[in-house]
Amino acid sequence: MIRSNVTRRSLLKTGAAGLAAATLPLNLARAQTPIVLGAVYVGPRDDFGWNQAHALAMDVLKQVPGVTVIEEEKVPETDAVAQSMESMINLDGANLILATSFGYYNPFVIDTAKKYPNVQFRHAAPLWNKETDPINAGSYFCYLNQAHFVNGVAAGLSSPTGKIGFVAAKPIPSVLSNINSVLLGARSVNPAAVVQVIFTGEWSMPVREAEAANALPKVVIETAESRGVKSCGHNASQAALAPNGFITGAEYKWETIYKLYADALAAGTEVPNFVVGGYHNDMIRNSAYGAGATPEAIAAADAAIAGLKEGKPIYVGPLKDNAGNLVIEGTKDNYDPVLDGMNFLLEGVQGSLT
Amino acid sequence: MGAGGRGRDAQGPPPQLSPTRGRSTSGGWPDMAAAKTKATAMTMVSTSAPTTGLSATALRRIEALVIPVGALVGSALVFSVFLLVLGKSPLQFFGLIWTGGFGSAFSVQNTLLRSAPLILTGLAFAIPARIGLTVIGAEGALVLGGFMAAAVAIPLVTGGWAPQIGLPLMALMAMLTGAAWIGLVGWLRHYRGVNETIASLLLSYIAIATMNFFVEGPLRDPASANKPSTMPIGELYRVGPIPGTTVHWGLAAGLVLAVVLHILMTRTTFGFAARMTGGNVRAAQAQGLPVGFLVVGCCAIAGACAGLAGFFEVAAVHGQANASLVAGYGFTGILVAFLARQNALAIVPVAILFGALAASGGLIQRRMEMPDATILVLQGIIFVVLLTSETLYGRIPFLQPRRTGDRT
Amino acid sequence: MTGAELFIVLFAMIGGAIRVSTPFMFVALGECLTEKSGRINLGHEGNLVLGAMVAYAVSFTTGSPWLGVLAAGGAGLILGAMHGWICALPRVNDIAVGIAFMSFGTGLAFFFGKPFIQPSAPRLEAIGLGDWTGNPAIAQALQVNPLFFVGVALAVFLSWAFANTRWGLILRMTGDSAASARAMGVSIDLVRLLATAAGGFLAGIGGAFLSLYYPGSWNEGLSSGQGLMAVALVIFARWDPIRCVWAALLFGAAGALGPSLQSIGISQGYYFFNAAPYILTLFIMIASARSKSAASDAPGELSIVK
Repeated sequence: MIRSNVTRRSLLKTGAAGLAAATLPLNLARAQTPIVLGAVYVGPRDDFGWNQAHALAMDVLKQVPGVTVIEEEKVPETDAVAQSMESMINLDGANLILATSFGYYNPFVIDTAKKYPNVQFRHAAPLWNKETDPINAGSYFCYLNQAHFVNGVAAGLSSPTGKIGFVAAKPIPSVLSNINSVLLGARSVNPAAVVQVIFTGEWSMPVREAEAANALPKVVIETAESRGVKSCGHNASQAALAPNGFITGAEYKWETIYKLYADALAAGTEVPNFVVGGYHNDMIRNSAYGAGATPEAIAAADAAIAGLKEGKPIYVGPLKDNAGNLVIEGTKDNYDPVLDGMNFLLEGVQGSLT
Repeated sequence: MGAGGRGRDAQGPPPQLSPTRGRSTSGGWPDMAAAKTKATAMTMVSTSAPTTGLSATALRRIEALVIPVGALVGSALVFSVFLLVLGKSPLQFFGLIWTGGFGSAFSVQNTLLRSAPLILTGLAFAIPARIGLTVIGAEGALVLGGFMAAAVAIPLVTGGWAPQIGLPLMALMAMLTGAAWIGLVGWLRHYRGVNETIASLLLSYIAIATMNFFVEGPLRDPASANKPSTMPIGELYRVGPIPGTTVHWGLAAGLVLAVVLHILMTRTTFGFAARMTGGNVRAAQAQGLPVGFLVVGCCAIAGACAGLAGFFEVAAVHGQANASLVAGYGFTGILVAFLARQNALAIVPVAILFGALAASGGLIQRRMEMPDATILVLQGIIFVVLLTSETLYGRIPFLQPRRTGDRT
Repeated sequence: MTGAELFIVLFAMIGGAIRVSTPFMFVALGECLTEKSGRINLGHEGNLVLGAMVAYAVSFTTGSPWLGVLAAGGAGLILGAMHGWICALPRVNDIAVGIAFMSFGTGLAFFFGKPFIQPSAPRLEAIGLGDWTGNPAIAQALQVNPLFFVGVALAVFLSWAFANTRWGLILRMTGDSAASARAMGVSIDLVRLLATAAGGFLAGIGGAFLSLYYPGSWNEGLSSGQGLMAVALVIFARWDPIRCVWAALLFGAAGALGPSLQSIGISQGYYFFNAAPYILTLFIMIASARSKSAASDAPGELSIVK
């Protein structure tokens, strides 16, 4: 949801996407020494959202023989995270760090990576730049907007009015892409569908902005449920929170990436520097359909998923924003870097950015 | 008054500004007598009896050390029971606090780095407390100060000004912003009668909203797409670490300010008048002290401390202003100031202690598989036990000078 | 803004006032009770968060949300009683102890609340007061939780009891002048202990509303300083239970302003709209602080007023 950013994904221009890998060795000699993997989370590990998605996927890595996973939660995006990573390295001998919050990267991951060239750092947002950033750092990310497209398809057919509400934290590109993808998904099955968006800009004193945004989905789901509104989820499976009106949800599959890392670690081979993807390489999914999804919605959503797996584009131009300006001319590939700078809401989305 | 009873209940209509000052058993004047003889821990200690000579001063100093340390030990014991009930080892826990906080050169620097903002926010609570105000809005002053530092850096950096000129300007801007923000709290308190605790809290929320508005709106750097921030101040403008360490200069600034403010509050007319006002505002007014100036002045000093902390967060840590400035340092500063009993010098070791707790919190999560909230519980216990220990002042027999008059 | 849009915003604010106000109301009433006795408890944020956690945990474990509400009150009662007991010791500062309990209660709630974030607990049911209209917007706005009515009834009761009962008189006397209360043979510490404990009980129930009804889940970001804000509400409600209810409603309505304006397309500066409750509270405090009536309404023994 709020953490993705992809201003420098020039790396991906080469291929349609996927496991683009500019790989670098994780010092093969280390294979004999125990692998200690340090994971840092910005919020509590069970937040029904971003952090939980990561923490659950981390279990995959815990199964790998010879790999120890150490975790730290609620680490703010301040120098505290640099200190936590250094503490993991200095006191626990960590040699692979997974920094899972967007705001960790610059300057904290970069600086720490420069300071500890023998330790590998991987950060969950496609920010790593081959030219300028340390070679022992790297990025991984899942494009969740594809699953939101499927949400839109299912919601568009499950909603009697064709009106879909979307509660978002802040108007940043990845969130806008999620919102626009919901709209396009809904419009693909119901041309009259509209999306009403409300930005909370949520902040609070003790709980920081990122965390508030991460905690938001749970609130939204349960509130919708108590009002008899059908709902879709985000980040991790939220079906349990809304037994009656749940349609489906967009979920990350970090375990695909972590499994890749785990295999590499177990084999003593290279840990790829840059891994991104979406439906076609099994890095996102939609939650199992809930009671809110109608049979035809399920069929249409399954078809949409099949399309995405084959690389069917979401953004098919010409598309106008909700102020009437032409914003997308031709058809954009789902991993087109242009989409990463998205700063508009499409026509059909009610809401504004400023 | 108050003979044989709880003196504070026997007071007439309360003349005090706020209860942060000591619960004097007999109004404000004896506080001032104490202030003349001894300054340390002055606002919280009140004597109901005349004391004599140096030995009394020495005893009070010992008391001011023994009771907080005793409270810390007591908190550790209470927390140990908590751990034992949960089936965890207190020895391992405190061992890890030592390892993570002080056990190696890295740990010590980690601790010092984390304590740097806490010294400044601790001062931001302690200084108004000396004049009797409970100001809990340092968070807002820090955020707004940091934001203004980053905002003023934009024309300076783009205009190619040398950091030697630009950085002091940024720091000055941050301190002025903080001073104005908390100074406003003092002004509202004195001239409008608005409760300063609530006002400073509300202003904190408003400060954060203001920062967010500008950071995501007019002053947003287009390159900071997914984490809205102001324009980076650039490598030249970054405040580096103190040579030979990884700790940024905010720590040195905190140390210097702690000493300067300690001298200000204990050795100058301003400080004496402020503490006198904190002791009894009516008496201070009767003496012709400029109470309004003192109240606003103390608040402005507090705001400047918090603003400076914000400057270092921007210039030394983040390199730009964004929502990460809201990190809760202002709140922890309140705990620090209370544990230090509002004494500017004592804030330094206490901030380091809290820095160590923060530094070792991760280790406790990793090694003992305990949640992050463990440190919160420990902090809460320390806080409660410590405040309860306030009642012991003047009641430990062997620490009391020979005295006359009534007792509480 | 067209008439229809104005209607949407106004209606959303009324609905928001009803939905959001209940925790503020309970904490404010609890705080009002405590402050009437001459003591201030700033720690209600801790009571609120711990209450929310305990309510959710008990509701999940026993399957009965109302038992959860009761347990939340019990947790708040214990914290309040501890506050009251500690503040009865000489030289202990009640504001500082309040801040300490905020930290302590929140820490305990987060620590013991971890296992209850994931499970889904039975929640309190709402009463659909607007269902008969057949208008979904009205029906939704008038989904009212029984606790709301309990709060309003409690405010009326407290208001009556302060003025007309013996213990109301004792409470007010303790708050206004400890000396005269003591002269009447009243145990100041006992009265304040009971008042603080009862206030803590109510604040805990406010927390139960958060976790069991609206928003209706337990997580660590649940309360964003609502317990603290309620203390501010008491000051501008001038220690009157009925005015506490109005203040809570106003605060809730102000909080609904931001989202409802966005829903009709006005989203410029939503940070400030979202901060509306704080700005509003500050202005009301500034406007009312120096008035004579405010000064005369305040309990004389209360440390937070001059």
